[in-house]
Amino acid sequence: MPENMKSKDGVVKTLIEQKHSYLFIAPAVILFCIFVFIPVLASFFLSFTKYNILTHSRWVGLDNYYQIFFHDPRFWKALRNTVVYTLGVVPLSISIALSLAVAIDQKIKFKNFYKSMFFMPIITSVIAYSIIWRWLFAGEKYGLINHLLIKIGSRPVDWLINPNSILPTIMIVAIWGGLGYNMFILLAGLQTIPQVFYDAAEVDGASSWQKFWYVTLPLLRPTLLFVLIMSVINSFQVFEQAYIMTAGTSEGVGGVLDSALTLVSYLYEKGFQRFEMGYASALAYILFGIIFLVTLINIRLVNTRRVEY
Amino acid sequence: MNITSIKTQRSFVSLIIYTFLTLGALTMIMPYIWMLVTSIKPIGEIQTYPPSFLVRHPTLKPYLELFHLLPMGRYLFNSLFIASIVAACNAFFCSLAGYAFAKHIFPGRDKIFLLLLSAIMIPYQVNLIPCYIIVKNLGWLNSFYALIIPNLAMAFGVFLCRQYIMSIPNDLIDAAKIDGCSEFMIYRIIIFPLIKPALATLTIFTFLSQWNSFVWPLIVIHNNSMRTVPLALSVLNSQFGSNFAMVIVAATVATMPVLIVFLFLQKYIIQGITMTGLKG
Repeated sequence: MPENMKSKDGVVKTLIEQKHSYLFIAPAVILFCIFVFIPVLASFFLSFTKYNILTHSRWVGLDNYYQIFFHDPRFWKALRNTVVYTLGVVPLSISIALSLAVAIDQKIKFKNFYKSMFFMPIITSVIAYSIIWRWLFAGEKYGLINHLLIKIGSRPVDWLINPNSILPTIMIVAIWGGLGYNMFILLAGLQTIPQVFYDAAEVDGASSWQKFWYVTLPLLRPTLLFVLIMSVINSFQVFEQAYIMTAGTSEGVGGVLDSALTLVSYLYEKGFQRFEMGYASALAYILFGIIFLVTLINIRLVNTRRVEY
Repeated sequence: MNITSIKTQRSFVSLIIYTFLTLGALTMIMPYIWMLVTSIKPIGEIQTYPPSFLVRHPTLKPYLELFHLLPMGRYLFNSLFIASIVAACNAFFCSLAGYAFAKHIFPGRDKIFLLLLSAIMIPYQVNLIPCYIIVKNLGWLNSFYALIIPNLAMAFGVFLCRQYIMSIPNDLIDAAKIDGCSEFMIYRIIIFPLIKPALATLTIFTFLSQWNSFVWPLIVIHNNSMRTVPLALSVLNSQFGSNFAMVIVAATVATMPVLIVFLFLQKYIIQGITMTGLKG
């Protein structure tokens, strides 16, 4: 019966079905075209022009890119800061998150309580927690952190005042904020590892450390790769923490001596404070290129060291 | 190894685990407690040395002052309004599109879907400038339109719904067709009820990301009464120092209510995180 129906009015039927299909995807596709697809192309075009909202755009070819790479020390400063930030935050965050995930995955009491604690930063806005931390890191003896340092006999640190310690302070806050997110993904990964592997290892007389090294880590590789890629991408886009923790301390958005200038904060300053939108578009495409390249390298790096089972 | 030595080893390991987790948990909660404690301190006590977790004269005056000085209620309303509409519309539009991508056959389906998917890979900074120009030309700066419309149907949601709907057996849909259901009826009667768990996750997830969204509002809103909560916090923060106590109280008001609500919705949010995590 269904076979029969299909052949009889198949053509009409698909047409009706298709009309519905296009109608169903229309809202998502139209919005996508206006606010993603066209902007991505437009941004590419803009990156070859000089443009500020007020005047017409003027084609300058590769000049923006040339200026950025050869005559813009602030770009290099921003790139350097962003790379330092990424190299600091990503390995620390992932290794701490992994240790926490392994610890929570054990048979322990108060599991849900611990989970809730690490869950809190995930649902708190970056703006809010950066503000709290800015104030915990307040200078001299008034900040809580410095007070604790003095109590244990150390000297207070000018966390957000000394240009050399501003970026590390922001990194600490970013690690704190991203820890829970990484931990929950790694925990989900851990829970997909079948118990039989651990049982087998135990029968073979493996120690806890050996079980972690030879069972957990290799089987967790896909999850680790995902966390690594996402963390690196997020790190290269760092903006909010740096913006909030240095707000009001300098004319631009980079903090004292641009010590917290990141690629995205530089892009924001150029595009939306100075309205050099062509130049900012070029910065955006450079950021895109860097993220793309680094992601490729990450995938390569992890896959070449693959262990076969 | 005899039993007692195994036992002592075990308890030593669990001691390490508990110490580690408790230290971690303390680090996580300490800023929140400090914020709460400070928000009920009178001005004089905030500045005293040494800083203390104890409040000698707890007061709610800073809260009254905050709502008196700033349209905090308005900020909260703005954020709530935007996040609710965006979350609800995403649930509807994304599941609708997800259904078509999962169960319909039409020319260009896979190409369009791949193109949509690529949106997830592109860093948002690339679209920022043209989106701003588009929104400006539409006359939407400083309006709800700018904050709501561009986010109504996000690619991630379409992807999530499509994955989920693919697991629904075709027989159910075919049976409904034979019974004479229209396509929209099929969506409403069969698909929608079946994907409720996925939609719950998507809705909560979208709400959360909109509630916390910062960069886009920062760019398109310059009008005080249109500010969202994170934006208002950021403005207060840039006058850091002069308005010390206010910033902390505002941060408390912005953080604590949603924190409590979302702690109850933890399951769904973790699901959302791991779904993007493990399928990506």
